[in-house]
Amino acid sequence: MSLGLEQVHQIATLARLELTDEQTERYSGQLSAILELVDELRAADTTGVEAMNHPLGMTQRLRPDTATEPNRRDAFQEVAPAVDNGLYLVPKVI
Amino acid sequence: MDTSVQDSGWEAVIGLEVHCQLNTESKIFSAAATHFGDEPNTHACAVDLGLPGVLPVFNHDALTKAAMFGLAIDATIAERSMFDRKHYFYADLPKGYQITQWTYPIVARGHLDIEVDGITKRIGVTRAHMEEDAGKSLHDAYPHMTGIDLNRAGTPLIEIVSEPEIRSAAEAVAYLKKLHQIVVYLGICDGNMAEGNFRCDANVSVRRRGATEFGTRTESKNINSFRYVERAIEYEISRQIEVLEAGGKIIQETRQFDPGTGETRSLRVKEDANDYRYFPDPDLLPVILEKDTLAAIRAAMPELPEAKAARFQSQYGLSAYDATTLTAERALADYYEAVVKASGADPKLCANWVMTDLLGALNKAGAEVDLARSPIGSAALAGLIKRIADNTISGKIAKDVFEAMWNDEAKGDDAADAIIKAKGLVQITDTGAIEAAIDKVIADNPSQLADYRGGKDRLFGFFVGQVMKATRGKANPALVNNLLKAKLAG
Repeated sequence: MSLGLEQVHQIATLARLELTDEQTERYSGQLSAILELVDELRAADTTGVEAMNHPLGMTQRLRPDTATEPNRRDAFQEVAPAVDNGLYLVPKVI
Repeated sequence: MDTSVQDSGWEAVIGLEVHCQLNTESKIFSAAATHFGDEPNTHACAVDLGLPGVLPVFNHDALTKAAMFGLAIDATIAERSMFDRKHYFYADLPKGYQITQWTYPIVARGHLDIEVDGITKRIGVTRAHMEEDAGKSLHDAYPHMTGIDLNRAGTPLIEIVSEPEIRSAAEAVAYLKKLHQIVVYLGICDGNMAEGNFRCDANVSVRRRGATEFGTRTESKNINSFRYVERAIEYEISRQIEVLEAGGKIIQETRQFDPGTGETRSLRVKEDANDYRYFPDPDLLPVILEKDTLAAIRAAMPELPEAKAARFQSQYGLSAYDATTLTAERALADYYEAVVKASGADPKLCANWVMTDLLGALNKAGAEVDLARSPIGSAALAGLIKRIADNTISGKIAKDVFEAMWNDEAKGDDAADAIIKAKGLVQITDTGAIEAAIDKVIADNPSQLADYRGGKDRLFGFFVGQVMKATRGKANPALVNNLLKAKLAG
């Protein structure tokens, strides 16, 4: 399986990435190589092999339901590009 | 379904997705508080902001509450469930993905029974999965910017997905109300729709009656009241029928309901839809819910509305209607049981006072006052009912006392006694005093007496009225009836 320029362009749009023609061309080749590797993996016979959902043979630790985080808004907002009245400001969405 | 749709030869197919906020103290993957209505971003910690290097740690209570819901709808609870990442770009989702469950949800294949027009129908619940809520975008506050408040980001949700088995707006509302009742009863969700605790997306399509294939559907997003859900679905059904009958085609799209116009309008069509690129979240390990833990959760579950209504019928001798009314909300059921217990009076008498007088007064007071803020608490109402039961006051006088209590003329659990005392309302059960009043009424009304004795039985009510008036309503009605009958007979 390989990715054409058109598909790379669409993926870039969904990922909000702006690519030059040269980059689109280059990534098309690189992404296709990854997909080819996946095809190779797919070709392996996995009959009788149990699906692995996670590489670690461990299970999720649970946290007790208590709110212990202090309010560190000022520290967080110091590094934000734009804030006002406690809100983070971003370019107009709609 | 309204008759116009039924007659049109079309049938609606509706599936609902409900986002229900779990009322945990802290967030699903961080230890920030979930408290609503505070200063923006004061409960948004590094995990909620998606800062580099942070790791989510799963909240124990989110798991037990989600499992509890699954048990309540008789679903299969996954012993092993997984979290996935769902990717999309929006400013109120700082990580660029939402942690949710895709392939292995915690709850699958449940159902609940709804009743519409006296007919019971079972609606399947395909699945319910755990996920995190997004933050809030404030679009109107700034001319060229959008304000982002991430206090809500990371609030635990269960998304409950129904089978497309709902056929009308009325059924959809019945399903939602039932679901709402269950999660509030379980105490896993506050159920405040105005605050967004419980929100609904409605998938609606129509097809020719008798057709087996589904039509193209639209999805109306984030509707936060039962009434709006009903109106949005009704609008969508008629809009789709109109388009199809005019020879048009339904476009698969996301729509938004506008409560102002009662219409839905297109937000985005499917071609623009995100490919969410789901994949297992490597930051979170498989969640295991052992059989023993699940059994313990089941054992700790509160009584659900249907079971409670059945118990009210058998334990208190209430009618099915009364039992259903009193168990509609857990708080009301608890209130009723507290009144029965504290008054020690006839449960039916208690039921009448709670349903007629208390609920009547609450309804009259409107949205300002609810049960939790009722001026008359369960102990105070029990105090009043006790005085009816022990004949201190009549049921009629009790209505006046109730009103005085409602108007806060006395406070506390002994309010009824205080008012009875202050107003001198103690019932007259002294036969001599009542007889004296009757004698005077008879003496004052000779012509009515003659008419009554001449066969005008209806005048009995007149005499009762006069005696009650003379005793300022305080005479024991049963005694008045008996004594008056004897005296009038001569």
